[in-house]
Amino acid sequence: MVERVKDFISRFYLALIIVFLYAPIAVLIVLSFNDSRSRVVWGGFTLRWYQVLFSNHQIMDALWTTIGLALLSAGIATLIGVLAALGIQAMRRRGYQVMMMFTNIPMLNADIVTGIALMLWFVRFMPLGFTSVLLAHITFNIPYVILSVMPKIKQMNLSVYEAARDLGAGAVYAFFKVLLPQLMSGIVAGFFMAFTMSMDDFVITYFTKGAGVNTLSTMIYGELKKGIKPEMYALSTLIFVTVFALLLVVNFLPKKKEKNL
Amino acid sequence: MQDVILQLDAVSKSFDGKKILKDFDLEIKRNEFVTLLGPSGCGKSTTLRIIGGFEKPDGGRVLFEGKDITSLSPDKRNVNTVFQKYSLFPHMSVAENIAFGLKLKKKSKQYIDDKISYALKLVNMTSYAQRKPASLSGGQQQRVAIARAIVNEPKILLLDEPLGALDLKLRHEMQRELIKIKKEVGITFVYVTHDQEEALTMSDRIVVMNKGIIQQMGTSKSIYDEPQNAFVADFIGDSNIIDGVMKKDYLVQIQGVDIPCVDEGFGRDELVDVVIRPEDLVIVAEAQGYIKGMVVSIIFKGAYYEIKVKAGEYEWSVQSVNPAQIGAMVGLTILPDNIQIMHKPLSEDAEVTKEDE
Repeated sequence: MVERVKDFISRFYLALIIVFLYAPIAVLIVLSFNDSRSRVVWGGFTLRWYQVLFSNHQIMDALWTTIGLALLSAGIATLIGVLAALGIQAMRRRGYQVMMMFTNIPMLNADIVTGIALMLWFVRFMPLGFTSVLLAHITFNIPYVILSVMPKIKQMNLSVYEAARDLGAGAVYAFFKVLLPQLMSGIVAGFFMAFTMSMDDFVITYFTKGAGVNTLSTMIYGELKKGIKPEMYALSTLIFVTVFALLLVVNFLPKKKEKNL
Repeated sequence: MQDVILQLDAVSKSFDGKKILKDFDLEIKRNEFVTLLGPSGCGKSTTLRIIGGFEKPDGGRVLFEGKDITSLSPDKRNVNTVFQKYSLFPHMSVAENIAFGLKLKKKSKQYIDDKISYALKLVNMTSYAQRKPASLSGGQQQRVAIARAIVNEPKILLLDEPLGALDLKLRHEMQRELIKIKKEVGITFVYVTHDQEEALTMSDRIVVMNKGIIQQMGTSKSIYDEPQNAFVADFIGDSNIIDGVMKKDYLVQIQGVDIPCVDEGFGRDELVDVVIRPEDLVIVAEAQGYIKGMVVSIIFKGAYYEIKVKAGEYEWSVQSVNPAQIGAMVGLTILPDNIQIMHKPLSEDAEVTKEDE
């Protein structure tokens, strides 16, 4: 009896957490299909808001800017981050610790500080615009890449590099053929992390974007000032679904690989 | 006249100011099974890495078939290595691992496939071609590593403690198999180990090393039966090593007792090291032994008893098929043939160093 009560309580608690986490999102998704501007009345199912959304050039522009920015900044940050991680790993103990501390600081630092600092810097050297936002995103993405690649580098079996050289491979070939594949899961994870961080960012983007450039988050913020439009629900739903799908892919891929063994 | 395939000429190497190899000379003959044997840190692995091209010596030359290859990188040497930690490529299947070197040499698909199946057959792994290394046991991984190395038909195969991570039974099995593989492929093996039993079992020639210099070189039998110094005697097998005085030719004094031996040519009353193997000592009644002592411990080892007999300050180690009573007074005898007399070491380097492991 006591066991059953315990069991019930633990299940109830779990359900409660899930409800609190996901109910608001569920409501948002439902509202995106609501054929009524009201937030409390169900006016029937519609895809109208999605239509409105896709015919809104401003929103579409912002969407492409966001995706382009995320892909570019994540790609460049991955390249720099992997090289940096390899370099840091090769350092002596002291340098290693110092560099890892410098890597951690931007992640812990308040976004607003990073945002304003970058803005001040950019204003001095270049007009604010897509390039400055891109540079800002690359900057805050690099630490995420380094941190997700670093454990892989530590686990990496360096002797396979010697084995490859022993079997006749040149240094470059050996690196790409046997060292890089070992880091691949970390690199992919780092890239996706950087990608979502970039998609997600509001504060730093807001301060470094200048006039005329808008990502989804800054645009939604601007729209909100004029009142919430239902197409925003549709947009948010799409973003949520995309991120959710990405998450599934990332979690599912490594498992599939293991099965192949 | 001798067909020397590899020669190390006065090779020296230091790490962080510590000399690992000192003017190291070694000649390896074609088709020989040479084992570098010594405690950890003796320079044996460094020697192997210099032959493989992974370390560049500070001084000296490495000659391969008479040509200087000292500064040649590993991929340009006709030498392949079997690493201690197998070092298989984790993201490739067994077959892809084995094909790695051949693909680099741009061999035809047919040739590569033939080689893979030949090599897998050689190491008894035929049905594992498509498996990933992580799904194999340590012994199986090592077989793949051996196959991966020999498909390249190296002139010399270097093996760096390849069996170190395996359990005893598997190790014995792999030792036999390595000898078989060696016979089949007919290439020179240079083998590194700290396991003296492994060295004695497999090698044509053993090079006993300590502190970067060669202590003794020879066949298994000569190294075991006639150690040239106390280090070798101590390192190879169990030994009683005790101070003695050479009274005259064929007579040595140990613990105040004169015992006949077969050694000659030492100075009169020269201080010497005497080596007696535990299996050569025979326990007899107290009155009949050269040395008299008390049994202080006895351990059953399966095939024999290991018995410690304390005489004076020295504890003799004896291997006997018969048990003895702890506390009993016994005598120890030995045949003159089984006493090995050695000059006292002249330098510190040749002195007995206890192994940490």
